[in-house]
Amino acid sequence: MKKLLENRNVTGWLMVSPLAAVLLVFLVMPIVLIVIVSFWRATEFSIIPAFEWDNYAFLFGSPVTYTVFFNTFKYAFITWAFTLIIGFTVAYYLAFHIRSLTWQVALFLLCTIPFWTSNIIRMISWIPFLGRNGIANSTMMSWGVIDEPVEWLLFSDFAVILAFVHLYTLFMVVPIFNTMMRIDKSLIEAARDAGANGAQILWNVIIPLTKPGIMIGTIFVVTLVMGDFITVRFMSGSQSANVGRLISNDIALLQYPSASATAIVLLATVLITIGILLRFVDIRKEL
Amino acid sequence: MTKFTSRTGLSRRTLLKGAASTAIAAGSTTLGAPMLWAQNIKDVTIRQFGTGVSNLNDVANKVKEDLGFTLEMTALDTDSVTQRAATQPNSFDIADIEYFICKKVWAAGNMQAMDTSKIANYDKIAGTFRSGLLTPTSTIAQGTAPHTVGFTSGPNGTDFIQEESGWMTLIPTIYNADTLGIRPDLIGRPINNWSELLNPEFKGKASILDISSIGIMDMAMVVESMGEYTYPDKGNMTKEEIDLTLSIFTEAKKNGQFRAFWKSFDESVNLMASGEVVIQSMWSPAITAVKSQGVPCVYQPLEEGYRSWGGGLGISAALSGLELEAAYEYINWYLSGWVGGYLMRQGYYSAVPETSKKFMTADEWGFWYEGKAAQGDILSPTGDKLAGAGEVRDGGAFLDRMGSVVCWNSVMDENQYMVRKWNEFIAA
Repeated sequence: MKKLLENRNVTGWLMVSPLAAVLLVFLVMPIVLIVIVSFWRATEFSIIPAFEWDNYAFLFGSPVTYTVFFNTFKYAFITWAFTLIIGFTVAYYLAFHIRSLTWQVALFLLCTIPFWTSNIIRMISWIPFLGRNGIANSTMMSWGVIDEPVEWLLFSDFAVILAFVHLYTLFMVVPIFNTMMRIDKSLIEAARDAGANGAQILWNVIIPLTKPGIMIGTIFVVTLVMGDFITVRFMSGSQSANVGRLISNDIALLQYPSASATAIVLLATVLITIGILLRFVDIRKEL
Repeated sequence: MTKFTSRTGLSRRTLLKGAASTAIAAGSTTLGAPMLWAQNIKDVTIRQFGTGVSNLNDVANKVKEDLGFTLEMTALDTDSVTQRAATQPNSFDIADIEYFICKKVWAAGNMQAMDTSKIANYDKIAGTFRSGLLTPTSTIAQGTAPHTVGFTSGPNGTDFIQEESGWMTLIPTIYNADTLGIRPDLIGRPINNWSELLNPEFKGKASILDISSIGIMDMAMVVESMGEYTYPDKGNMTKEEIDLTLSIFTEAKKNGQFRAFWKSFDESVNLMASGEVVIQSMWSPAITAVKSQGVPCVYQPLEEGYRSWGGGLGISAALSGLELEAAYEYINWYLSGWVGGYLMRQGYYSAVPETSKKFMTADEWGFWYEGKAAQGDILSPTGDKLAGAGEVRDGGAFLDRMGSVVCWNSVMDENQYMVRKWNEFIAA
C-alpha cells in the first residue's frame, strides 16, 4: 500500500480525481445528457427517446434562428464595446490616478456595492425609470428637451443594452484593474524618460500589458450576455429575442428536445467565439 | 421555478399513510369509519398548484378554518402549470388547471378521474361543463369547450368521452368570458371590435399575451374581425391558417404595433396602469387590479363576442387513502359556495352559481351575475372599491356575456406546429 502511494503516477491520479469527479458529474454528464436529448422526439406531453435530426433540421431550417443568433452576437458585441470602454477607464483611474492603496481598495469596494442586491431587482428598477411616463421622460419634458415622451427608452434594444452594460461592467473592471495593478511602475517611468507622451504610454505600454485582463473581462461579458434570457425578456417587453429566450420559450412549451438542440448549438457557438478570442492572447502565459 | 420535495426514509407523509391504513382496518372492523377519518384529516397537507387567478391565500386560510387540514398553494404561470402537470406528477395532490391544459396532460396518465357520485353538488354544476349547453337552446362555441374534455370512461380512463359518464377529469370551479381591456381615458372614443388591437392608431400602445394557446385565439378573433379570413374552426386551425394568422401579427409586430407582450397577470396590470399600453388582451381580475389603483379601465364587450375559458380541480394519480378522501372533501367544500362567492366578486363565474349566491349580498349578486346597476359600493374580496352606486358591470348579465362566447381556449391537432410558429413570432 505504502509503495503504491509512493508511485508518482498513482498519487498524481489520486490528486486529480476529486476535481475530475466533480467536473464529470456536474459538467460533463449534464452536457452529454443534453446532447442525447437533443436527438429525441417530443409530442405534446411526452418525450420519446429516438435518434433523429428533426430538431436540428427545424433549427437550421428556420430563418428566425439566424436572426436570433445575429441578435445574440449584436447584443454581445455592443455590450462588450461599452463595458470595455467604461471598465477600462474606471480601472485606469483606480490604478494610476489614485495614489494610496487604501483609497484604491475603498473605491474598488464602492464599485461593488450595487452588486450586493439582486441582478433582477437592478434590472427591473430601470422599467419605471425609462417608461413612457417614467422619471427620465418626465424630467426631460420638464426641462423642455423634448415635447413628446421618448418611446424607445423602454422595451427596445436600447433598454436591453443599457441593462446589460449596467449589470456587467464590473466584470470588466475587476480583471483589468487586477492586471493594471501588477504593471511595474518603473516601466511607465522608463517610457516617460524615453520621451513617450501620455497617449503613447497608454497605447504602447499599458494596453499591451493589460491584454490578459481585457481578455478575461471579455470572456466574462461575452458568455454572460450570450447566455442571458431574462434581461432580454424584461427590458424588451418580450419583443426581442436572443438564443437564451428561444431556449426558455421551448422549455416553457415542453419542447425539451428542441431546447436541447438549441442549447448545443449555442454552446458550440460560444466555445468557438472563446476559442477565437484566446487566439489573440495566451492567457496562461500572461497570468 | 420548480421545487423538488423528494424525501427518503420515514417521512410524515408515509407515516400518515400508515396511520390511514390502520384507521381503515380499525374502522372497517369495529367502528363506523367516518369518525376516524375526521380525526386524522387534520394532519393532512394537500398540495395544490395552479395559475395565480384562483390560488389565493384566503382560500387556504378558509380551508384550515372550515376543514381543518392544510392546503399548500403554489401559483405559477400557465406554461409552467402545464409543464408541472405533465412532468412532475408527484409534486402535487391537486391541480387547479384550465380545461385546455387538461387536454394536453390528461393522456400522460398523471391524474385520476373523479367519481361524480361523491360530488354532492354535481347536479348544480352549470350546463356548460356537463352537456356543453349554457341554455337548452344555445350553440356550442369553437375550440376546446370544457365538456369535450370533462369526462372520461372510468377511474383509470385516459380518453375523453362526450357525454356525462360519471367520471370527471376535472371538477369545474371557475369560468369567464375574456375580451380586450382598454384605457377609456387615453383612447377617448368607443371601441367595438377586436380589429382595434391592430389599428395603427394604437401603434406602440397595444399588447397581446405571450401564452400560445390563449394568444392564438385572441389573434384569430382579430383576424376575423379585420375581415382577413373566416376560420371554419378557430379552435382547430390547419397549418396554413396558423401561418396566415401569425404572419398578420408578425407584420404588425415589425411595424411597431406592440409595446410589449405579457406572460403573467401582474405584467398586464403594470402595462395598463402605467399607461404604456392602452389596449390589450387582459383577464378580468387584472382589470379589477388596475381599477383598484384608481386608474380607469374597461373590460370592453366587443361585437364579435368573447373568448372563453374554464378551469377546474384535478387529482393527482398518486393520491390514495386518507389524502384522497381529504381531496374529495376539499373539492366538495370548494363547490359549496364560499370560494364561488369569492371568485364571483372578482369578476369570474362560479361553476356552481346556485351555492355561491348564498355567500354574496343581493346587491353583489345583482351586479356581478344579473348585470343590474349597483345599489351601493361594490367591493372586491379584499375590500377595494370597484364600482359605485348606479354602475353596471362591463358586458352586463351572465347570459349576455357567456351567451356571446364564440370560442374557447384551445389545444389544436396542429399544436406542435403552432407552438413552434408562435416561438418564431415572439423571436421575429
